[in-house]
Amino acid sequence: MRVWRSLSLLAALPLLAATGPSLVPEVSQRDIEIQYSFSGAKLLLFGAIVAPESAGQGQSDIVVVVKAPPRSVLVREKQKWLGIWVNADSSRFLSVPGFFAVASSRPVDKIVDRKTAAIYELGLDSLQLSPAGEQEIELQRRFDTGLSDLMRRQGLFSEDGNRVEIREGALYRADISIPATVPTGIYTAETFLIRNRKVVAAATRTITVRKTGFERFVAQSARNLPFIYGLAATLLALGLGWLAGIVFRRI
Amino acid sequence: MTIYLPIAELAVNPLLIVLLGAMVGLLSGMFGVGGGFLTTPLLIFFGVPPSIAAASSATQVTGASVSGMLGHWRRGGVDTQMGTILIVGGLFGALAGAGVFRLLQLWGQADTVIDVLYVILLSTIGTMMARDALASMRARKGAAVAPPRRRSHHPLVAALPLRWRFYKSGLYISPLAPGILGFITGMLTVILGVGGGFVMVPAMIYLLGMPSRVVVGTSLLQILFVTAGATMIHAMTTHAVDIVLAGLLLIGGVTGAQFGAKLANRFPPDILRLILATIVLLVAIRLAFGLGWQPDEIYTVELG
Repeated sequence: MRVWRSLSLLAALPLLAATGPSLVPEVSQRDIEIQYSFSGAKLLLFGAIVAPESAGQGQSDIVVVVKAPPRSVLVREKQKWLGIWVNADSSRFLSVPGFFAVASSRPVDKIVDRKTAAIYELGLDSLQLSPAGEQEIELQRRFDTGLSDLMRRQGLFSEDGNRVEIREGALYRADISIPATVPTGIYTAETFLIRNRKVVAAATRTITVRKTGFERFVAQSARNLPFIYGLAATLLALGLGWLAGIVFRRI
Repeated sequence: MTIYLPIAELAVNPLLIVLLGAMVGLLSGMFGVGGGFLTTPLLIFFGVPPSIAAASSATQVTGASVSGMLGHWRRGGVDTQMGTILIVGGLFGALAGAGVFRLLQLWGQADTVIDVLYVILLSTIGTMMARDALASMRARKGAAVAPPRRRSHHPLVAALPLRWRFYKSGLYISPLAPGILGFITGMLTVILGVGGGFVMVPAMIYLLGMPSRVVVGTSLLQILFVTAGATMIHAMTTHAVDIVLAGLLLIGGVTGAQFGAKLANRFPPDILRLILATIVLLVAIRLAFGLGWQPDEIYTVELG
């Protein structure tokens, strides 16, 4: 269905093209459903670049940014103290997305200048984590690197400068892998068309990541009906223990 | 094959968790311990966050202690009067433990304190058990027969006011003593996810002077109620009980416990105790080294 719809959009392209470059983006999944067997997902972002007079205007580049809603987090740093590793310094960040992936057709620093990258948050270096409170620059930088390193190793932050494929200057596609540990929420998938170091077109799609079925029911019950949830867990334990006792006495 | 844990928010191999439950269950059936002291650290090795590991392992201990308790009950090995006082103390301890846990989390030292407490507890208990087991093995060989220890309570216990008669245990002591003991194990249950049997049983024998025929049954009764209470407290305060994780652990745990109980009859008790002591000491050593090694991740992130 969706594929046909995007194809029909592609057919209508020449009509739209008069006003200047624009993007027709699409994502393979508008909903990512976390179920019992969820072990991550592969998100395909694709679309068309609508720019009729593109010839002779320099290379077109595409940057795709997928971002989870930002959250406030506390980062702790372990240090060796009396021979054991304990949490020592800590730092609070007000807007850390639980997932942040940047894919581009060429490394971001080759496509845009630092300022543009910072404005549109293109790349891990440009991500604004909003540290709270006043701290020394050096300490802040250490925590910044530590946090983004950790998130990167967990597959929650990523940046890949060769992940977007552009065909004939008109069609692009990128796949982004989403690990099993992603937080739920409404994600944004932003696509930027960049030409001559400038963002000439941008478009956003949203993706909903949520728990469904039994997982959703469990997570919601744990939050909204804690007493009944606890009781259910206790009764499950008592029931299984008792059952095993009976079954094995027969054997 | 993987299964997604809705509260821990990670995907695990369910067979691995069932197997872990079964292994711990086997030990709990063989040695009459809940096995929480093994479940919590092993779950943490798997990447389950410590609070969720502790909460879900408390739930598993409830299941593991049911059939054992019923068995002792039928044989008249449960002192309900003593048990009630231990439970009341335990529930208050669990509430206090939840408060302490929250403070430790705010301070950022929950994980370190949990690890250090484990190392202290396990190395102490492991050494005590190993010494006991070796002594009784030597005695069995007839090398030196230790004079039988006179059963009596510790002078500290005798000093407590307000004495009650505990007919089934044949004791005349202040209910404050078992109350305090219950309180301490209740705190351990919430913070460490252990039933506390490995603290309570020696304390019942050496401090309270209870006769061994009611010790294990009564301690299982207390563990049953207090771990159930700890599950409720975790569910209501930390929201850290993962019912899927607990269910998987239980499936392995309750079956393992039954096999363990059958195996226990085939081995001499002092060898069993020596094996358990070795396992306990190994876990303690692994945890102690873990504290000193540079951790894989220097930075940790928590929400809020």
